[in-house]
Amino acid sequence: MASLDDLKKRIASVKSTQKITKAMKMVAAAKLRKAQESAEKGRPYSEKMNNIILNLSNGISDKENTSKLLSGTGNDKVHLCVVMTSDRGLCGGFNSNIIKKAKSYFSKISAEGKEFKIITVGSKGNNQLKRVYGEKIIENISFKESKNANYFDADKVGKMVIEKFEAGEFDVCTIFYNQFKNVITQIPQAQQIVPLNNEEDENNSDESYEFEPDEDEILSNLLPKNISTQIFKAMLENSASEQGSRMSAMDNATRNAGEMVDKLTIEYNRSRQAAITKELIEIISGAESL
Amino acid sequence: MSEEFKVEIVNPEKSFLSKEDVTEVVVPAFEGEMGILKDHISIISFLKPGIITIHSKSGEEKFYVEDGIVEFKNNNLSILTSSIFNLNEVEKNKLQNLLKLAEEEASKSEVNDQTKYLVDQKIEVLRSLN
Repeated sequence: MASLDDLKKRIASVKSTQKITKAMKMVAAAKLRKAQESAEKGRPYSEKMNNIILNLSNGISDKENTSKLLSGTGNDKVHLCVVMTSDRGLCGGFNSNIIKKAKSYFSKISAEGKEFKIITVGSKGNNQLKRVYGEKIIENISFKESKNANYFDADKVGKMVIEKFEAGEFDVCTIFYNQFKNVITQIPQAQQIVPLNNEEDENNSDESYEFEPDEDEILSNLLPKNISTQIFKAMLENSASEQGSRMSAMDNATRNAGEMVDKLTIEYNRSRQAAITKELIEIISGAESL
Repeated sequence: MSEEFKVEIVNPEKSFLSKEDVTEVVVPAFEGEMGILKDHISIISFLKPGIITIHSKSGEEKFYVEDGIVEFKNNNLSILTSSIFNLNEVEKNKLQNLLKLAEEEASKSEVNDQTKYLVDQKIEVLRSLN
């Protein structure tokens, strides 16, 4: 059994860890509120953007000659995966969930005999992926210095994706991020952004639009923006998820530390009592023998 | 019959402005200024740098935009833009910074015609504001 002194030291150290996790939880909760707010505020923009593009692509007459960002290159050989993770750890399963999702996608693609390339956003994802997929990572971006997710950063990633697309480096692009549902649930998502697949093809195009200038030109102007918008949306969802995940992880840690302190305190008291009893027995048996 | 319609301006961060009592909006569409009144035909267009003017019951508001898309449908005008500033609230030096940035961009040689056109537009508008 550990000595009394050791136990005392352990209790003190667990207690100070608990203080830290508690503080981190508090900070995460405050940040979460902000992140959640901006994620909700950002939704109308991406929804509207999607709507307009849907209307546009419905209104387009010549489907073959549209922008390649919409219709695809016609090939399905090289996939680009943008894996978006956080820059900081201690947030539970947040990063591992995205990585897991991405890895299963990678192995699916390799099984189909296709190639893939990876862009990592956020340093944690890069750390986890570079061991196995090091040579596949073509680009690694992190926005450590920006406090909140902002459109400017998203635009940078978006422009990079478009550049690579125009250079013919890939055919299909998918982004991986965590969708924020609530504090305890975040759903890892794989969303294809190039080519755009509008599965929810509602036929509400009986309303005809007037376009100025013509559809093609608007589309070719709009689609690159849409990519940045989708990436920005993913960044917002991600930052809300990160804080939510961190909050619940730190909450758990605080609770576990509390349990540990209780257990250690009981052990400490028992051994203290045992020592006293032992001493008493020694004194009594010493007196008896006289 | 009322002559009012709804306008909503959203940027990626938030819903920037939403108004129900708008009578006329003038937007700098790509092929020239475009005034929109109630019951305009459904239209989609995109914006070049310029000034959006919103006339409403409560007066007139002006905004500076650098890019964006407008959609008008069923008397709902949506303007999506990534950079917009209310001219009543924005500070002078902010606009001057934008002008400086635009001028830097214009001095680069490797821009294509369309970007050049847009940047020139931007400079022109910003000069008139400063």
